[in-house]
Amino acid sequence: MKAIILVGGFGTRLRPLTLTYPKPLVEFANKPMIQHQIEALAAAGVTHIVLAVNYRPEIMAEALKSYEEMYDVKIDFSVETEPLGTAGPLKLAEGILGKDDSPFFVLNADVTCEYPFKRLAEFHKAHGDEGTIVVTKVEEPSKYGVVVHKPNHPSRIDRFVEKPVEFVGNRINAGIYILNPSVLRRIELRPTSIEQETFPAMVKDGQLHSFDLEGFWMDVGQPKDFISGTCLYLSSLSRMGSKLLTPVTEPYVHQGNVLIDPSAKIGKGCRIGPNVTIGPNVVIGDGVRLQRCVVLKNSKIKDHAWIKSTIVGWNCTVGKWARLENVTVLGDDVSIGDEVYVNGGSVLPHKSIKQNIDTPSVIM
Amino acid sequence: MSLQLPSLAVRPRGGVSHSTKAVILVGGPSRGTRFRPLSMELPKPLFPVAGHPIIEHCFRAIAKVPEIKEVFIVGYYDESVFQPFIHSISTTFPQLSVKYLREYQALGTAGGLYHFRDVILKGKPDRFFVLNADVCCSFPLNEMLKLYDDKDAEAVMLGTRVTNESATNFGCIVSDAHTKRVLHYVEKPESHISNLINCGVYLFSTETIFPAIRSAIKRRTERPRILNYPSSENLQSSFFQGDDEDEDKENAVIRLEQDVLADIADSRQFFVLETKDFWRQIKTAGSAVPANALYLLKAFQSGAEELAAPSANIIPPVYIHPSAHVDPTAKLGPNVSIGPRAVIGAGVRIKESIVLDDAEVKHDACVLYTIVGWSSKIGAWARVEGTPTPITSHSTSIIKNGHKVQSITILGKECAVGDEVRVQNCVCLPYKELKRDVANEVIM
Repeated sequence: MKAIILVGGFGTRLRPLTLTYPKPLVEFANKPMIQHQIEALAAAGVTHIVLAVNYRPEIMAEALKSYEEMYDVKIDFSVETEPLGTAGPLKLAEGILGKDDSPFFVLNADVTCEYPFKRLAEFHKAHGDEGTIVVTKVEEPSKYGVVVHKPNHPSRIDRFVEKPVEFVGNRINAGIYILNPSVLRRIELRPTSIEQETFPAMVKDGQLHSFDLEGFWMDVGQPKDFISGTCLYLSSLSRMGSKLLTPVTEPYVHQGNVLIDPSAKIGKGCRIGPNVTIGPNVVIGDGVRLQRCVVLKNSKIKDHAWIKSTIVGWNCTVGKWARLENVTVLGDDVSIGDEVYVNGGSVLPHKSIKQNIDTPSVIM
Repeated sequence: MSLQLPSLAVRPRGGVSHSTKAVILVGGPSRGTRFRPLSMELPKPLFPVAGHPIIEHCFRAIAKVPEIKEVFIVGYYDESVFQPFIHSISTTFPQLSVKYLREYQALGTAGGLYHFRDVILKGKPDRFFVLNADVCCSFPLNEMLKLYDDKDAEAVMLGTRVTNESATNFGCIVSDAHTKRVLHYVEKPESHISNLINCGVYLFSTETIFPAIRSAIKRRTERPRILNYPSSENLQSSFFQGDDEDEDKENAVIRLEQDVLADIADSRQFFVLETKDFWRQIKTAGSAVPANALYLLKAFQSGAEELAAPSANIIPPVYIHPSAHVDPTAKLGPNVSIGPRAVIGAGVRIKESIVLDDAEVKHDACVLYTIVGWSSKIGAWARVEGTPTPITSHSTSIIKNGHKVQSITILGKECAVGDEVRVQNCVCLPYKELKRDVANEVIM
């Protein structure tokens, strides 16, 4: 089987992290986002993956080479010279996606969930039509495009309603699809949207079905959602009884959902959790309080610091008694002074912060 | 004291040695509004800074002048308010006789002195100091005495330089740069006159001051005072301006600064000693924090043994009451005073703050630019902070989001801050529990 991952551009929404690494390589729960997806695809029997990008950093090529070996898959870049929207990249990769008659997966790089590729493929084959899109239930459908089914049919899609004013359903497009190669014939090589053009055409022909996603779903394209998505992912690991999580019997673990790389060091008298990930070689001092936060590799959190709803980027130092909160994001190699308070600061790489940041702002 | 001999030689009035007394003006309870919420528990002069009541710092300076044997505290607090303090200070300085003189109505700073003139003049002292209790400075009384003797003065006031912008909030002095004589004195002028201002510390000849007050009283009864009152914005940092303007209009009040000093400047041997040392008023409750810092620094520079010894976790100057318990992993200072029986937990950070009696700060909490009230509790990993203000600023308020807020965070008596809660630039009245983050508020 084959798959295409729509990576797109520079990931500006996830700055300042993406000023240092391309978005697919930013670690989500201690593993690059793209690696979660490649791993899940490979496990579902995918052997050839296309990465649709409109730039091709060297560092990504290197990383993907190692994933090819690790998961025994072939990974190709498909580089757009101009942005082709969400459908155009599929046409651009027609040579790979259409090389045989088997269906291919399409996924947006920003989406995290319990990837249901195997069952999705089975479901798709069972109904025999051209395409299946994964849908997820949301609380406020009025903010999204909602999927409406044919009367008396559980999965065949009747229409899409963009931002419905009245309740028509609560299932939305989750950004994960499985399509037959015949769909490629419906797409022209130009900037075009799969949601706006390709899917409505398939719906007209009764060729598009929906598949209900179980468990969590999150678009982690921006820091606030990256943190929320991390919480959902950790909760999901916890529900599955994953051995990856640090056992709650550790004295410093508070309310669980804590993922700590084995190479990280934790000081005395800390209270960590719920919903914390700590990357490789991180050093946490004594009496540190962490909750709902992400600490990326090689960072150092000094004694008595307090961190909540924050992403601490790579190689950062957070001073003693510092307090970070309210979607603070530290870029690579940022240093926060002792006793400094940061409220919703987005701090660009290599900055040293010595004074309080009282209100949410970007520190250039 | 051999040091005193030259002055005796210079000015041997009638061949007898000098007799000098001191008067400390403490005001009364109605003036305590700007010291809220701390004045709800304790009169301002008794509030501890650098481990000692504000008024005790006056006494420490007075005790360094050997010829002073008698000190009067003049104010309109109830008699009982100062009795415990007078008892303890008389033990500390047995050479001093200390009496509280209670005004039964607010008479103004000069009116109060005049009312008690018989008591002050008993024993025929030829001069006396007047200290405002809400002044925080090094009180260079011996230097004032020397200037008095050198110049054969009738009055000496202590002056200090401030920024031109803040000068008009104070009494401004124009002096002869060479002779130090006061040429002109005006209280809170509207325009710039001088940046040398009145510190609220005086040395008066008894033969000069009482007649001057008497003529001010006479003038008042003949022709009521016409005054420019300062605008309300200026009230914040004005020096002697109390909260009793209404009482003042009842006419019985005679003030040194407004009614007497300008006249002495016109006609008498009136000199100013300009101090280069620190000076600060203690008006608002928040101003106790800079005052605490200044008195601690003074104690540290003079090698006071009561201060905590500097170490990795003690950044001097720090005062810790012997009955307080501070965990060795807590990091304190600079400019921190910890009161009796206070408990400071492991990994706590305290800087630029006063922690009052019986307060508790739990582990890993951070307390900056704050006054922690009596028996208040701060939870683990809480952060309670004010905002540093420039050293030259004589104000304790700052503008945040277009609103004026207190730069120092103050927790009244028995307040509680929950674990991990953040409190910034807040004034919290007594007995409140803060369970959520708050900033820039007065919590009723």
